[in-house]
Amino acid sequence: MLIRVATVLLAALVILQILYSSGKISVGFGTWQPILVAYAGWSIALCTGLVLRDGETGWRALFVLPAILFTLALVIFPTFFGFYIALSDWNLQSATGRQFNGLDNFYQMLGDPYVWNAMGNMVFYVASVIVQYAIAFGLALLLNADIKAQKFFRVAFLLPFMLSPVAVSWMIGKSMLEYRFGPVTKLLRYLGWKTPSLLTDPWLAKTTIAMMDAWVWIPFMMILILAGLQAIPKEVQEAAKVDGATGWQGFWEVTFPLMLPVSVSTVILRIIFQLKLADIVINTTAGGPGGATDTVSSFIFREYKDRSNVGYGTMVAEVYLILIIIFVVLLLWGASRFVKRDR
Amino acid sequence: MSYALKRTLIYAALIAWTVVALFPIFWTFSTTFKVAKDVQLGHIIPWVDFKPAWLGLRAIGLSPDTIFNPSTPREEFIKRFVNSIQASVGGATLALVIGSMAAYGLSRFRYKWKIWQNRDISFFFLSQLILPPVVLAMPFLVLYKELALLDSMIGLIMIYALMVLPIVIWIMKDQFDTIPQELEQAALVDGCTTWGAFFRIILPIALPGMVAAFILSVVLCWNEYFFAALLTSTNAKTLPVMVASQTGSQGISWWSMAALSSAAILPLIIIGVFLERYIVKGLMTGSVK
Repeated sequence: MLIRVATVLLAALVILQILYSSGKISVGFGTWQPILVAYAGWSIALCTGLVLRDGETGWRALFVLPAILFTLALVIFPTFFGFYIALSDWNLQSATGRQFNGLDNFYQMLGDPYVWNAMGNMVFYVASVIVQYAIAFGLALLLNADIKAQKFFRVAFLLPFMLSPVAVSWMIGKSMLEYRFGPVTKLLRYLGWKTPSLLTDPWLAKTTIAMMDAWVWIPFMMILILAGLQAIPKEVQEAAKVDGATGWQGFWEVTFPLMLPVSVSTVILRIIFQLKLADIVINTTAGGPGGATDTVSSFIFREYKDRSNVGYGTMVAEVYLILIIIFVVLLLWGASRFVKRDR
Repeated sequence: MSYALKRTLIYAALIAWTVVALFPIFWTFSTTFKVAKDVQLGHIIPWVDFKPAWLGLRAIGLSPDTIFNPSTPREEFIKRFVNSIQASVGGATLALVIGSMAAYGLSRFRYKWKIWQNRDISFFFLSQLILPPVVLAMPFLVLYKELALLDSMIGLIMIYALMVLPIVIWIMKDQFDTIPQELEQAALVDGCTTWGAFFRIILPIALPGMVAAFILSVVLCWNEYFFAALLTSTNAKTLPVMVASQTGSQGISWWSMAALSSAAILPLIIIGVFLERYIVKGLMTGSVK
């Protein structure tokens, strides 16, 4: 009963506001904010209604409902609302407002070399995860070895992961790699490289960004792998030693296969995060030189910042989302087969 | 390979990577205290190479000799700093409250709504990890404009809560799964309600997990730049956005940039040094299955 009343009330408010904002009636709110409040009220009514109607089952549902309602309102709704934006020519600064233009944005995207260039760069950045994984595995092995001051090294290795990417962009990208007097460029000159301009040559810039990104994210993978290593019983490695395996053999034949499931989930998780890469690129090179370091996210960011055009940017973002979902589903499917076959 | 040689190599590698990891941090902190000449000559070690000066801290109005004078940069800086604290703590708290509840529900009860069961609900939450911020950014821009939430702290807190919610649910579900069910069953027999048992029995036990989830969330929210850059301007702008807006301008001096960057990373380094085990605990969750 309470649920029905609340639903009707919310629907009435939404219709009223739609009519008002399209100019059909003169009664309404100045902004849409009351609708958000109404949604919150409806959520409370829904929760109370369930408790009153279903008793214990309602109380139990109360645990997950807030999170679900929150996510529905703030993730699922905006994502679909995004399609509505994507099908329009919408410049937030201009007075004309939203203009429906069908699939124009999509066709424009297909012919936009910068979008495809950014997608290509994403392939490069995702591939760089494998190198990060190798280094992270090495560091995890070092930390897992019988060493003194393990806690100190762990904290030191972990710190880069916690720093703000924006600060890292300045610390490394803008100051340490500065052409004239950055310490890294100085070191490279000292080592005999005449013109260490790391951020002006396209491939060099891409590699530099990948290295900065690795600096931030290697600790993350390292910790996950370390957790896996610590879960391997010591006896397993001891047994391999007794059988006469050298350290190298022991690693490839015992440790590495045991670590395979952890490795696969670590790499996948990392790839998912890598697909969001943006902050470092935006703040270090702004996608330059000539789009060489652009990621899809940084491209869309500039598309909005420079042109205030939300329509085109959203179209690229939604297409990117669909590509990501396909890619991740394939990745998970491939990974589960890969791990199963190896068992 | 002899034992001693192997030990030496291990420590050499450890120390080499420590330098790689810590030098940029050291560089940033030390550059705060440099003057133009030291920057250009690439002086590195304080007191040996160069004499520390207060230039950097003075640029954000925090040097000891001018701390009592009124200063506009300081007000600006403090405002951004407070904004960052509000946004990250607010976002993390909101996510922790609704995330823990959801995680507990998913860990203990069997839900069935139409075709939706526990597995589907868990997947629904976790799948949001895939969602890149760009997809939400533009719709939020438009919606927040309509909702009059643009450049407001509440709007930012909601987004941050949303961003870390899947991670909180993941960590907390793992935490609740390790607590034996008999505990609540005993409480229920004693006459506790479901929610009573949750608050009085389970939450105190799950506290370490909650601390881990909270700290990890605070760190992630503190560092968030993408949404903050798009959705905030004069009022709710956070520290990373302030740092970023300064890097753009060429004329800015190194020491003031270094001071700002140091201020942005200092809280994180303190958290990292003192609360490292919670971060590690949070990250390790679910990786070993």
